[in-house]
Amino acid sequence: MTVSILIFLPVIAAVLTLLFKNEMAKHAAMFFAVAELATALYFLSGFVADASLQYSLDVPWVPQFGIYFKAGIDGISMIMVLLTTVLVPLIILTTYEHEYKNARAFYALILFMQAGMLTVFTALDGFLFYVGWEAALIPIYFICALWGGENRIRVNIKFFIYTFAGSIFMLIGIIYLYLQTPTKDYDLSHFYNLTLDASHQGWVFGAFFLAFAIKMPIFPFHTWQPDTYTTAPSAGTMMLSGIMLKMGIYGVLRWLIPNAPIGFLAWGNWAIVLSVIGIVYASIIAFKQTDGKRLVAYSSIAHVGLIAAGIFAWNIYGVQGAMIQMISHGINVVGMFFIWDIISRRLNTRDISQLGGIAKIAPKFAITFLIVVLGTVALPLTNGFVGEFLLLRGVLGINIFNMSGIATSAIAGTTIILGAVYMLRMYKNVMQGELNETTSVFTDIKGSERLALGIICALIIVIGVYPQPLLHISEASVTNLIETVSHKFVNAKF
Amino acid sequence: MTTLIIISVLPIVLLYLGLYKAQKALLPVTIIGMLVALGAAVCAWNKDDVAQPIYHGMMLFNNYSVAFSVVSIISTILILMLSKGYFEKISNHIAEYYAIVLFSLAGIVVMVSYHNLTMLFVGIEIMSVSLYILAGIRKNDFASNESALKYFLMGAFSTGFLLFGIALIYGSSGSFDLDGIRDYVLTHPRNIDPIFYTGVLLIIVGLCFKVGAAPFHFWTPDVYEGAPSLITAYMSTVVKAAGFAAFLRLFLSCFGSIAAFWSPVLMVITIITLFIGNITALYQQSFKRMLAFSSISHAGYLLFAIVALGAASASSIFMYATAYSIASIIAFGALVLVRQQTGTDDVDGFNGLAAKNPFLAFVLTVSMLSLAGIPLTAGFIGKFFMFSGALLQYKYIMVIVAVVNAIISIFYYFRVIIAMYFRSAERAEVQIPGYYKFVLGFAAVVTIAIGVYPSLISGLLI
Repeated sequence: MTVSILIFLPVIAAVLTLLFKNEMAKHAAMFFAVAELATALYFLSGFVADASLQYSLDVPWVPQFGIYFKAGIDGISMIMVLLTTVLVPLIILTTYEHEYKNARAFYALILFMQAGMLTVFTALDGFLFYVGWEAALIPIYFICALWGGENRIRVNIKFFIYTFAGSIFMLIGIIYLYLQTPTKDYDLSHFYNLTLDASHQGWVFGAFFLAFAIKMPIFPFHTWQPDTYTTAPSAGTMMLSGIMLKMGIYGVLRWLIPNAPIGFLAWGNWAIVLSVIGIVYASIIAFKQTDGKRLVAYSSIAHVGLIAAGIFAWNIYGVQGAMIQMISHGINVVGMFFIWDIISRRLNTRDISQLGGIAKIAPKFAITFLIVVLGTVALPLTNGFVGEFLLLRGVLGINIFNMSGIATSAIAGTTIILGAVYMLRMYKNVMQGELNETTSVFTDIKGSERLALGIICALIIVIGVYPQPLLHISEASVTNLIETVSHKFVNAKF
Repeated sequence: MTTLIIISVLPIVLLYLGLYKAQKALLPVTIIGMLVALGAAVCAWNKDDVAQPIYHGMMLFNNYSVAFSVVSIISTILILMLSKGYFEKISNHIAEYYAIVLFSLAGIVVMVSYHNLTMLFVGIEIMSVSLYILAGIRKNDFASNESALKYFLMGAFSTGFLLFGIALIYGSSGSFDLDGIRDYVLTHPRNIDPIFYTGVLLIIVGLCFKVGAAPFHFWTPDVYEGAPSLITAYMSTVVKAAGFAAFLRLFLSCFGSIAAFWSPVLMVITIITLFIGNITALYQQSFKRMLAFSSISHAGYLLFAIVALGAASASSIFMYATAYSIASIIAFGALVLVRQQTGTDDVDGFNGLAAKNPFLAFVLTVSMLSLAGIPLTAGFIGKFFMFSGALLQYKYIMVIVAVVNAIISIFYYFRVIIAMYFRSAERAEVQIPGYYKFVLGFAAVVTIAIGVYPSLISGLLI
């Protein structure tokens, strides 16, 4: 059993899905996604939570240029694999009420994108990582541009150019590192062993940072995000926000900081500053949004800003917090976008000011919506709390430009307060108050909607109450990675 | 060598077939003859240790020649297969068509296997003279005539530069032979004749004309636009690839040790070429003209391997030229089909194509992605090798320029994809003949196969 099964199963599934009739495509895709989840769970069952690489695979790909198909799973990758394999079937489930034109292409693209993302999360070879990175981008571009809303052409070409521009600089960074290795290959562990001087590491840091910052996105590279999230079909938005942006965070953790530790020492503080600015900025803008989907898009920037700040704080609390928060954010944001999908499908509007009183006629929907909101605003005993608590604890432990970590984490912590304000206000405006002409036709959730929201709520509560198993998976790997890099800080010559 | 003989004899056979009005036999005979030539070329593979210059050092058939001959022959076969039923519509002289294409191919085989500068010149001339005729073969068409005249004047002009350069090099080094010139450069490390340097510059100018690199590119857009589409396809793929193969062969074998002299010159040319090609392509409404300008920008990427001259250069150019040729053949094939239906070369003519012709839209998407250099297509591998080679020699500025240009190129390549998939238009299904399906499908499969598993061809020239 190697990780290749995990990577290639969705590719095969995508091709097979194309062979089905359009009406059957979603069931086929669901079947394959669940099979993929089962595979991941099987991997998890045999997984030993130490810092070692498991299920690894290393076969020559283009050996004369030092390119190997090298992939494996450690604790960090395991979390990402779980995130991807859990969310994809969930996202497919949320599309059951939709009738997409040319549905088989739609689901095939989703599965193909899953393969790309799993490649990114398990790759240990720079070339493979880059290929996975772009292989995930092409399908989502087509998903967003083919099944999206108005302005989709303009918005999505902007999205594509933005992310492509970032990633091609990363490619240059990867090739540069490759040329420095004595063995002339793309092996990540050989990248880790390099000792470049500070100025070169600064450039490497910049090249990688650009790609990851655009993907997440971190302020001021976020301008593609709200438009893209808003115009994309719901499933596309969920893929983007639930899983794809985690590629950026994962990249920082695995490819940015360990590859350019001294560059990180020099520029890491700026990255935290940008992240924290993003938190406050996005939260304030989220306040002013009347379009529910757009509000969630901005709130996502704020949450991701906090995750990024936690990673750049580079201590066990921050990074572990980021790991668990990546899962939680994935679940919550999928829930949130699904809720807005349900509302807009029934009422043909996402304008918060036109809504109200839905709780009276749709109690089940009200309960699940509330749980998702509470998870998003990080109430204790929900999944959001565990992550944000650890993240803030992580940011607390550092000094930025002689400013104590307390100040930084206080600013970063506004995300919880501001988040609670705009999220609860949104909930109040949509669900409470009096029914009006628009909302009186709302019907409560049923069937696949109830199942999907039920799973999401269960995950929110279970992870919130007992996060230990998840934290345990990545703990050893995270500790090991932090130690390796810290070791280089000590040896750094300035 | 057998390859060259077959390719030279074949057009004469074809002319006789034309004389006896055996129109139906033309294409089969051409294809079979070329397959035989292809087989002969493949048989000469991997005899590098015994390969000696033949005919008094005039030609050298080594792996380099074989690899580029094979790519040229395969591309030409694909283009000729697309031309079934195409030439009949635009001309009465079909046999001449096939014959002239093959004559130019013979020139190309000489260009990729010369071992003496006179043979380089002869090869380029055989190829060019054939192309002048091909560009103007639609006798009554104004654009075609303009195209031929422009091409001829510019081509003759550039040939003059090339010849003058060769003469100066002969004058200073006393040899036309590649080994002789190399020996001259190596044995006079400090006191190379200034005339030799002048000769190198003139050769660069001449060759840059031929491959369409800026600022010597002025002929390309008009010639490409005016010539019949499949001839344009031939010019922008096979001819360009061969031009670069000849370019590299000369520089790799002779001028490697004086790279400090010419590489700044070529670097400037490369940067200008990239920007001019890409930025002008952005503003084109016509798909054909867009491809013409994009071919200029691809010439810029191909120049990378020469500027960053090294052991991997041959492999890089081979990879890039193959990827680019295959992808361009798809693009031109699709253009011919769409034009037959809509009567326009504009990108707007592709609107809504995906709804009616999913297969055509898909292969054209693969082609555009490959030209734009997106992973899992051959075009990405080509760009990847080019960037690696340039970074290896610390040409950071060039790589940054190339990256910026790669980003610019997304705009115009994606415009085609957007037109096909996201814009709607009233249109009927484009009828795709079987052999078009075969060629387009084959090219798309090759593009993806090389993109996924580059080892298929990346190791050939190392």
